[in-house]
Order: sequence, then structure tokens, then C-alpha cells
Amino acid sequence: MPERKRRLRIFLLHATLLVGIVFVFSFFLLSPRQWAGVDEAVVEKIAGEHGRQARPSLLETKGDALLLIFLLAGVVGGFAAGYHWKALTGVKRGPNDER
Amino acid sequence: MPFIAITFLLLALTTPAHAMHIAEGILPFSWAALWFAVAVPFLALGLRRLNALAQEDLSVKPLVGLLAAVVFVISCLPVPVPTAGTCSHPCGTGISAILLGPLVSVVIAAVALLIQALFLAHGGLSTWGADLVAMGIAGSAAGWLVFRGLRAAGASLGMAGFVAGVAADWATYLVTSLELAAGIRGAEPFWPLAGKILIAFVPTQLPLGLLEGAMTAGMVLLLSRKRPDLLVKMGVIPRAEVPAHA
Repeated sequence: MPERKRRLRIFLLHATLLVGIVFVFSFFLLSPRQWAGVDEAVVEKIAGEHGRQARPSLLETKGDALLLIFLLAGVVGGFAAGYHWKALTGVKRGPNDER
Repeated sequence: MPFIAITFLLLALTTPAHAMHIAEGILPFSWAALWFAVAVPFLALGLRRLNALAQEDLSVKPLVGLLAAVVFVISCLPVPVPTAGTCSHPCGTGISAILLGPLVSVVIAAVALLIQALFLAHGGLSTWGADLVAMGIAGSAAGWLVFRGLRAAGASLGMAGFVAGVAADWATYLVTSLELAAGIRGAEPFWPLAGKILIAFVPTQLPLGLLEGAMTAGMVLLLSRKRPDLLVKMGVIPRAEVPAHA
């Protein structure tokens, strides 16, 4: 590939990626929208119109405590996924190998 | 390295999720009980299949562990959909059904939904049966059937995985719509309400289903490169499809 064409491709790739990243960040971080979940926007809204309201769950966790639980769930889930992925792919095996 | 990368990615993304699951108290008792009754036999069959798999071959265990973690985490992961201004999450049952079969996928979804309902205010205990029927049974069955059907028709692994992931996601929301309409309609006709709920899901779930399709295809292709022997063992690909040097 000619040098000029290669540079143009690199430039276009960077321009696209950078603009894309800036757009995504500004869209998601600076947007004034609340990003309601479909449970609120659809399920609970339509259920409410028909006289059914959501009740608090058994262990009602709110605010930062809920954040902490989600964080812990993410850590445990991430460690479990990583551990098992390593167990699966740690040693490369062929289709005829027996474990 | 993937271990560290996945952990940090999840730490960065962790935030209270907005779910598609039917929340506590939305369904009347009779409907909640019915969905429990529908879900329990599938769960029992799934447990039996899981035991049989574990006894046949211990090497399946890491795959079950990986998919359980993946389904749990990605069904907690809120993804904003700019076209709709709302959030929802992928289900992950398409990939677990493809790799482990639909019955084991029901068990994985049951565990994920139970933990989410108990500790994460995500779904509900009384609606656990309905959520399991939608995400675990319908999602897994749709993903598995579409994948097997497309493979039998000669589709590539990536294409079959993609369409199966989309089908699993959309089937979950279709069944959620039907369950919700049946439970809350009162004297109102069933089909117009079910259609209304389904249409309300479309702006969020249409793009999210495509995302789930891409994730499913990516994971199937990645495993086919890293562990083709395992995919052969699980009947996902025929032995003849594995390159000789793999």
C-alpha cells in the first residue's frame, strides 16, 4: 500500500474513533436524560395503569447500600467468570485430546 | 490477564440495574403461582441434566461455572439505549443454551434470577416463576432452537450464534409481554394489551437484541478458537469442522 494511502487510512481510523468516543462519552455522561429502566418505563407504568403497583422486595436495599451490593455482585461474578475462563483456556487442547 | 480485565471492566460498570424482570407485586397471586408451576418441571429436568453432564464428564464444570457467572453478570448490566432514552439488559440465556443445552440454561437462569431478586432488588420472589419462564425457558429454548435450526440449514457458526442471541433476547421480552398482559388485564381484552406492552418494549429491546446477538456470536466464535474440543463434546459443532491443527 502506498505510504500516502496508508497515512490517510490511519488518519481516518483515528478521526472516526476519536469522534465516536467523544460522542459516546458526551451522550452518556452529559445527557440530562435519566435513562429509566424498561421495568419503570414499561412494566410498572402499564401495570400501574391497570391498578397493579410494584411492592418493595423482601430485602429492600436503597441508595449507596444497593450500589455496594451491585459492586460486590460484579466483583464476585467477574472473579468467577475470570477463574472459569482461565480453567477453560489455560492449556491449549486439540479436539482429540482427552481431559 | 482476561481474569483481571474482566474484573476491572465489571467494577467499572457496576451500577444498580434497571431490569426487564417483572417486579415484586406486579402479578396477582394466581398468575404468579401459575408461572411457578410452569417453571418448576423445567427446573427439575435441568437439574437432572446438569447432574448427568457432571457425571459424564468433569471438564464441563468450568464451562457451567463460566456461563453461570456470565448470565448473572450480563443480566445485571444496564445498557442505555440512546434511541429510546431507556436502559435494559441482555439476558445471556442464548449463549448458555447454545453451549450447555436449554435445560441446563434454565438452571443457570433460575440461580441468577433468585440472587437478583433476593439481594439486588431486581425482579421479585413472587414473580420469580414468571421471570424464569420468560428469561430461562423461553429465552433458552428460542436461542437453542434457532441456533440448531440455522446450523442444520448450513449457516456459519457466527451467523447462527448471532441470530440465536437475538432470538433469545426477543423471545424473553415477547413472553414477558404475554405474562404481564395476562396478569394485569382485568376485564380488558388480552391481545391488544399484550401488543401494547410488546410495542412499548420495541425501542429498547430491538437494538439491545442485536447487541445480545453480537455478544453471543462473539463468545461462540471465541470458544470455537480457544476450545474447539469442548464445543465438539457439547455437540455445538461437528468434529469435521475443527481444523486439524486446533
